[in-house]
Amino acid sequence: MYTPEMLEAIKIVEQTRERRLKETFPRLTPEEKENLLRSFHPDYNPNASRPVKVGPNKGDRLPHEHVDLLESRSMLDPDTFSLENIDYDVDVLIIGGGGAGTAAALVAQEAGASVLMVTKLRHGDANTMMAEGGIQAADKENDSPALHYLDVMGGGGFYNIPELVAALVKDAPLCIQWLESLGCMFSKYPDGTMQTVHGGGTCRKRMHFAHDCTGAEIMRTLRDEARNRGIPVIEFSPAVELIMDEYGQCAGAVLYNLETEQFLVVRAKTVILATGGCGRLHIAGFPTTNHYGATADGIVMAYRAGAKLIYLDATQFHPTGVAFPEQIVGQLVTEKVRGLGAQLVNAEGEQFVYPLETRDAVSSAIIRECVERKKGITTPSGMQGVWLDSPMIDIIHGKGTIERELPAMVRQFKRFGIDITKQPMLVYPTLHYQNGGILINDRAETQVPNLYAAGEVSGGVHGRNRLMGNSLLDIIVFGRRAGKNAAEKAKTVKLGRLTLDHVKRYHEELKKEGLGQKVAPILLPDYRGKVR
Amino acid sequence: MAEEKMVSIYIMGKQYKVPYGLTIMKAMEYAGYRFIRGCGCRGGFCGACGTVYRKPGDFRLKVGLACQTMVEDGMHLTQIPFYPANKATYNLEELTPTLGTLLTLYPEMTRCLGCNSCTRICPQELSVMDYMAAAQRGDIEKVAHMSFECIMCGLCASRCPAEIVQYNVALLCRRLYGRHIAPRAQHLAKRVEEIKAGKFDEEIEKLMKMSKEELQKLYNARDIEP
Repeated sequence: MYTPEMLEAIKIVEQTRERRLKETFPRLTPEEKENLLRSFHPDYNPNASRPVKVGPNKGDRLPHEHVDLLESRSMLDPDTFSLENIDYDVDVLIIGGGGAGTAAALVAQEAGASVLMVTKLRHGDANTMMAEGGIQAADKENDSPALHYLDVMGGGGFYNIPELVAALVKDAPLCIQWLESLGCMFSKYPDGTMQTVHGGGTCRKRMHFAHDCTGAEIMRTLRDEARNRGIPVIEFSPAVELIMDEYGQCAGAVLYNLETEQFLVVRAKTVILATGGCGRLHIAGFPTTNHYGATADGIVMAYRAGAKLIYLDATQFHPTGVAFPEQIVGQLVTEKVRGLGAQLVNAEGEQFVYPLETRDAVSSAIIRECVERKKGITTPSGMQGVWLDSPMIDIIHGKGTIERELPAMVRQFKRFGIDITKQPMLVYPTLHYQNGGILINDRAETQVPNLYAAGEVSGGVHGRNRLMGNSLLDIIVFGRRAGKNAAEKAKTVKLGRLTLDHVKRYHEELKKEGLGQKVAPILLPDYRGKVR
Repeated sequence: MAEEKMVSIYIMGKQYKVPYGLTIMKAMEYAGYRFIRGCGCRGGFCGACGTVYRKPGDFRLKVGLACQTMVEDGMHLTQIPFYPANKATYNLEELTPTLGTLLTLYPEMTRCLGCNSCTRICPQELSVMDYMAAAQRGDIEKVAHMSFECIMCGLCASRCPAEIVQYNVALLCRRLYGRHIAPRAQHLAKRVEEIKAGKFDEEIEKLMKMSKEELQKLYNARDIEP
């Protein structure tokens, strides 16, 4: 329920609504956009990043929260930790139980490998489950993988690695067909034609979806298939360190059973990292749309093993995260709200940005409005936000539109006494996606022999900015590629003696710089004793 | 302001004072819990945080997701982060979308007493008992659509006196529908063939070799489907 102060503030929005209905805020010129991003996008804030002092990316500027983890020591003491007793011995170890990991496990097992999935929380607890929007694939008559390629490159600022983008767009229809054959309930027309819509930055309507819970539908389908095929999964047992062998090949991982607090040693001929993103690090202090387990564990482990990172300084902020009510701060307010005509409005009841600029530009404009121009609205907990004037939607498209088009959103706010058909929503940018990650090639190989990576933990395919609908695609395309190639490779791998010498060397490097006081990966965020 | 008011809640019988207005999840964290189980997406999508609670002066048990339900003064609560439910294993490819398939894999389905406990407990407000009735008639398509928003939290199964695992029956029905009932996308099959035949390889290789400026020019000249 809005406070009396906020209800007063809403009156100003109501007073200007009729006039604003006829107003179109001018779009940014390329120069204005560039300036706006450089001045207000958190990626460009020099106080939010610093050069990392150790490891393969030494000297690169990364957000403090990432550097803090990369400059931490291992949970294990490599001098005393014993790798003598091997608890599990498999061909392919998959670390991470989301969409990418599960796709990889299914394909690797199909290719004849013995597989083991390990995951920090439950199988399926991942950002995949939360993806609402859809999955891109150029499978309609008027579309082509080449057009998809152009869209991906343009969206990523042309920083994308071409071979990864080619893999993404060419595999896309194959992946959709694979999911269809597994019984994934895509939204279709009666004749079987896929329903497809636009996403931000697409030139063709190629966003496939399953109502408004596409990710959940994909995840529960893949998980069920993995269960039917008897793929072993160890839950609540995150990997905390990769194991190498004496020849410098990745050879398994040490797991930590969160419930019994015991360590387990897994030896594997090949390892696939599919640990997801980093929202729960709260980069630059932002709230997040991400899953509880999104703490960048895979980045930390791979980096110690010598894997190079790319574009990890590029973080995607979704412009409209909930700023009030407190209970759901940071959760996503879908882009569709603006797509249907709702404007972004400051404390004076005025627009300040064209609502359908790219995500990075809208986020920057909201931050500018609140931080520099001081025209934000302050919540009881001291957070800032601007209004997203949802009642406009019913005025523009007719009464009942909001309830019909945004039922989940209506239900979500109603729980807390806010009627978004009559009252605007208070929003502020929220941390949504890790654009970069561990550098891979089109076989999903990292630079560490026998170590593969897929999904949000990897980097390069999206350049510096991912388009909507390409993350669900990414996890399936590169999950499958990682699974196939890791299984194939495992057939010829000869493992030597297992070691944690890479950790020892990393610790020495840390020591030289006077670092290593903290321990990483952190595994879980710590919200104890906090209200926010 | 409202947030400063404190309330008493009882987590598995133990009293804690927490600020009014928090969700059960945040209140438990405020009280000092660092979740391992019982916490997932924190946004109402994943079903990890099913919680049973009772309010003072009411004998009824209520349920909700900890991430979506606000604490109230005097609330007694416990989480049900896991429920040992039966799941049939099957090869989807070989199944037929019939009542017989459902009954073979989940024979307990017929034990439904019609008590409606499953519907009453569902945090997604699904008509669980009604979709189970559809399942008993073999109307797989109806089950698939009616159960689509299921988050598989397992609370329905936890309350079912007939020990039916509604959410796994629903999952089976959705997969049967998606695989065997919904017509296949012909345009998709055609495009897959074209890709396998290498139809787009040359064009994409050309794009891969282009400079940023050349790509930018093509990008800016794209015609956008209305």
